[in-house]
Amino acid sequence: MLPSPNASPRLVTPTIALVLLLLATVPFWIERIGLYPYLGVEILIWSIYALGFNLLLGYTGLPSFGHGAYFGVGAYAFGLAQFNLVPNLWICLLVAVVAAAFAGLFVACFISHRRGIYYALMTIAFGQVFWFIAIKTHSVTGGEDGLLKIARLPVEVGVARFDLSSNVALYYFALAAFALVLIGLWRLVNSPFGRVLQAIRQNETRVTFLGYAVWPIKAAVFTLSAAISGFAGALFAMAQTSAFPDVMSLHHSGYIVMMTLVGGGLVSFWGPVIGVFAFLLTRDIIGALTTAWMFWFGLFFVLVVLFKPEGIAGLLRDLKDGWMRRNFSAPAAAPAKEPGSP
Amino acid sequence: MALFEARGLHMRFGRRVVLERIDLAIEQGMFAGIIGPNGAGKTTCFNVLTGRFRPNRGKITFAEEDITGLTPAKIARKGIARSFQIMTLFDEYSARDNVIQALPEMRAMAYHMGHAVARDRFLIDAADEVLDGVGLLARAHVRAKDLSYGDRRALEIAVALGSRPRILFLDEPTSGLGASGRARLRTLLESLKGKLTICAIEHDLALLFSLADRVSVIQWGQVIAEGTPAELRSDPWVRRSNLGKLQ
Repeated sequence: MLPSPNASPRLVTPTIALVLLLLATVPFWIERIGLYPYLGVEILIWSIYALGFNLLLGYTGLPSFGHGAYFGVGAYAFGLAQFNLVPNLWICLLVAVVAAAFAGLFVACFISHRRGIYYALMTIAFGQVFWFIAIKTHSVTGGEDGLLKIARLPVEVGVARFDLSSNVALYYFALAAFALVLIGLWRLVNSPFGRVLQAIRQNETRVTFLGYAVWPIKAAVFTLSAAISGFAGALFAMAQTSAFPDVMSLHHSGYIVMMTLVGGGLVSFWGPVIGVFAFLLTRDIIGALTTAWMFWFGLFFVLVVLFKPEGIAGLLRDLKDGWMRRNFSAPAAAPAKEPGSP
Repeated sequence: MALFEARGLHMRFGRRVVLERIDLAIEQGMFAGIIGPNGAGKTTCFNVLTGRFRPNRGKITFAEEDITGLTPAKIARKGIARSFQIMTLFDEYSARDNVIQALPEMRAMAYHMGHAVARDRFLIDAADEVLDGVGLLARAHVRAKDLSYGDRRALEIAVALGSRPRILFLDEPTSGLGASGRARLRTLLESLKGKLTICAIEHDLALLFSLADRVSVIQWGQVIAEGTPAELRSDPWVRRSNLGKLQ
């Protein structure tokens, strides 16, 4: 299960601050350990995507297996806005987020009355529809060739202007975006909206009989998740200076599910981020040794699902609990936790 | 005019008639009971009254407003709460969080994304007041799935009470409880009687007959008898249907 909603409702927890601080130092040492700054950019972008996805899967219990569609819509919208509207970073990002949100809202209107396998199958079907449109509308999306020459637009804040053409500069921009999404989602999952999402996951029937209009809430969270995915897609288009239909495909949508589950998105707020690290580091480290890295990651995924469905975060939690039990004796009677205490 | 009224309810699943010409009238402040053998249609009747199923025919009114065919959520928002025979709690939430989820103030903030619930003193105090009423305040922080069966039964009612209903439907509240659990539930129901309009399905006839103002007997999807507990004890239909040894 996910952390109790009684977890700290503070805007920035010590863990969040520590993680962001650590990530801020990455460009200083990443090359010394044989990796490269662009990998950091990828990890941050996929982490944003995974956090947005986990709002659906982990928090609301809604399985979306076609989420690559919204990542792709964001990527294409960013490129198209840049080419056809105005080459301004903020406007292009806004267009990407709004386009992905609209795509999500459109799909949500059709699927939010459904549950379980029917919900999952419809997300796949709609994902494939978006992928097919991206491939076939050659004049707009460039078809299988994709959109090329998408620029890394500079950050303009008043008269200040920051160039993002270097990977290190882009890393810090992606880190700022990651921090924004991370803190925003942390706040959201501890808010009344986040509580309802978790209640829906636990018992949708009861939520209905308590007077909550469940389907609009499910539609809202799907739309929000799609918008965050679109934001990540826009950053990805900027990072790789192109947008391809491949990111909308079913197997690409499967990556985000694998990352979230392996990391432990079902039991931890941090699970999706852990999963992204595991996936992309496996790709680069095992991929340097063998082209069959996906085979090994797939095998790892199967083992996780079979023996530790709570993922890496669940494993870490169990190790921590075991260590605590060994080193600290439990109190005779657990006192009632003060409401609102961290 | 009764606070809650059902007239001529008819419900069919395919070709099978499960409810036929059900008439119920529950006055403000009344404790109404529904009894009947297994499979008689009691829970289906509750499901129709609380919006889970739409009746094929008939009319349901609450506070003189027609609520026939409304969704469960809309019916709940009008002040009608129910508990379930098979417990439907938020197992991973603490007892307090279960009740917080039911509070109308929480429902009104369903789309708020920035408010920290865990620091909202009003919500916490409101939930604790409900938990105190059902004897669960000392276990407010315990996850629902870690509570004993009796506590879970009490929490099931607390969640329904948390929505501050005008009428409460209880589906077999003592189901699965032992003698001490039943005694505890009896005390709880006694404390609610008179403060709240209640309609309960219950197999423990001794308990129900000691609490209810009026009881309806459902058999074969129909109300075959209706009256005060004293009247029902002498009803030939009730006697013939072997509904237990009415004390």
